[in-house]
Amino acid sequence: MATSTSHELTFRDAIQKSLYEEMDKNADVFLIGEDIGRYEGTFKVTKGFFPKYGHRRVVDAPITEAGFAGIATGAAMAGLRPVVEFMTMSFSILALDQIINHSAKVHYMTNGEVKCPIVFRGPGGAAKQLSAQHSHSMEGWYAHVPGLKVICPATPADAYGLLKTAIADDNPVIFYENPGLYGVKGLVPDDPNYMVPLGKAQILREGKDISLIGYSRMTQVNLAAAELLAKDGIDAEVVDVRSLLPLDTETIYASVRKTHRAVVVYEDWRSGGFGAEIVSRIQEDCFDSLDAPVGRVGGLNVPMPYARVLELECIPDENDVVAMVRKLDF
Amino acid sequence: MANKVEENSLLTTAELEQYYREMLFIRHFEEKCNVAYRQGKAGGYMHVYIGMEALAVAFINSIRKGHDYVITAYRDHAHALMLGTDPVAVMAEIMGRSAGTAGGKGGSMHIYDPKNGFYGGWGIVGGHIPLGAGLAFAAKYRGEDRVTLNFMGDGASNQGVVFETLNMSGLWDLPCLYIVENNEFAMGTRLEYHAADMELWKRGQAFGIRSERIDGMDIIELKKNAQEAIDYVRNEGKPMWLEIMTYRFAGHGAADNDRQLYRTKEEEQKNFERDPVKRLATYLIENKIATVEKLDAIDADTHEQVERIYELADASPFPNKDEVYHNIYSDMTPEVGH
Repeated sequence: MATSTSHELTFRDAIQKSLYEEMDKNADVFLIGEDIGRYEGTFKVTKGFFPKYGHRRVVDAPITEAGFAGIATGAAMAGLRPVVEFMTMSFSILALDQIINHSAKVHYMTNGEVKCPIVFRGPGGAAKQLSAQHSHSMEGWYAHVPGLKVICPATPADAYGLLKTAIADDNPVIFYENPGLYGVKGLVPDDPNYMVPLGKAQILREGKDISLIGYSRMTQVNLAAAELLAKDGIDAEVVDVRSLLPLDTETIYASVRKTHRAVVVYEDWRSGGFGAEIVSRIQEDCFDSLDAPVGRVGGLNVPMPYARVLELECIPDENDVVAMVRKLDF
Repeated sequence: MANKVEENSLLTTAELEQYYREMLFIRHFEEKCNVAYRQGKAGGYMHVYIGMEALAVAFINSIRKGHDYVITAYRDHAHALMLGTDPVAVMAEIMGRSAGTAGGKGGSMHIYDPKNGFYGGWGIVGGHIPLGAGLAFAAKYRGEDRVTLNFMGDGASNQGVVFETLNMSGLWDLPCLYIVENNEFAMGTRLEYHAADMELWKRGQAFGIRSERIDGMDIIELKKNAQEAIDYVRNEGKPMWLEIMTYRFAGHGAADNDRQLYRTKEEEQKNFERDPVKRLATYLIENKIATVEKLDAIDADTHEQVERIYELADASPFPNKDEVYHNIYSDMTPEVGH
């Protein structure tokens, strides 16, 4: 039975707690990735795991992303439940063939005979001044692929509960952690059986004037934007998409039909990013409910620069969101 | 009591006849696949195993079928047949029927039969090699004594992910037997134009992996070597890398209809003399293990078998259109429509 107590944890600690509990629960769960064991992980998510579980279940892989993503996929095909860490999702580009052309295809190509219960997790999006090669938002690339599930939590409680569900899922799941969230604090239930279903969006703040729709760290940005808008008497609703694939259009549409206006916010390159897909669906299915065009705020279409002032220019913030809301005729 | 020949080969008369029958069965099956392709009953990319039959027969007869794991690339019909996959289901898959091993979703390149230990059937050259290592990883993780046979072509041996996988296999002692089916061609590119060092067998050595080159046309020798290699992997719990010298009698795929672009007819004729089926036939007759009549009967028998398989497969229905959405995920159907 679910307990009602909870503790404040950072996003990072919530992921860590989730991993500990799932590894204790199921001997088939193991971790594999670069520098996750002895070095404790670049973002220290796996701190303490190596001494507890040893090299058998916390596998320090050589710097060969395609190779270990493939080995983990094969292990999943044999029934294990690997949790693969990419040091950053930018490095998962080297493993795209294994993820897209192998993991994501196993179940369909075998007509359901072989399952592939695997999680690929890691920081995705800009951290701080890591510049062009380490700052990719990969979630939209993966959400394009049938056969994958793509999860992008915005709060510690969701990181905790969604990761548990992802590990229990029998399909390949991309679990996307924006590095800007690792230090964010929030209440996390004290229930080791707490699970958040994949494919459900949530309303984090109710409002009647406009829907601010986002996922991952942009949900935090939207919450901040809603505060700013409130000062001007605009009552914004914040829709946290949480899962890109499957996508909970029902919750998104219900919000838009209530507020009649929407802005979709995402950190990925504005052009062709996943937010564009959400915008497209809203205009296709909610056209009659809309009082204004659907607004879109995305990352600048440039390779991520190093200088902090330039980097911040690329990433959407609450002021960009407010500006877009203003543009929609308020 | 075994005769002198049998003592030398360590194979019984029954085994030798069985291998002869199996190689011929594969050959007739593959010839029939070519017929199906020409008739438009098979489509896409299709690659046959003619000339290479001894490899699948020798290796898969040396494992514990259903217990050990087998994985290969897209030239995969023979491996499934040798593992005991229903040949009608294999042929039906090649014809894109719902009775196929993957319900018509995979086709010739993607035959699977996990119940018999067969994990495909993969289309990206070299891409499945880490998957095979992953199967071996799982066996080791669970303390099982399963061996994984990880087949690839000579072309695959150049892929980066193969080297990555060999490194981890050597590093972690994965019980995986890598079998390079060196048929001398990566599609239409001859070995000397694709490999800096044509001695592919050496490639495992860089990772501390026991590596050997062996002949793939004499099934008696091959069977002995295959068994030794598999025993080594199982008993030592270590990987091994083997280069098997064979020859692709057919084109790369069914759509390769001009082999003279990359090899001469004279070269082909010379290599056809290495035919593993003919070679075993000669051995069996010369050593009076089987009569010509007996071998002819096996030929007719396997031929007839394949004809029946073809008819049964061809009589089976195509998939229903709504099956297009089935099994993308284990637990959900994505939204429908264009």
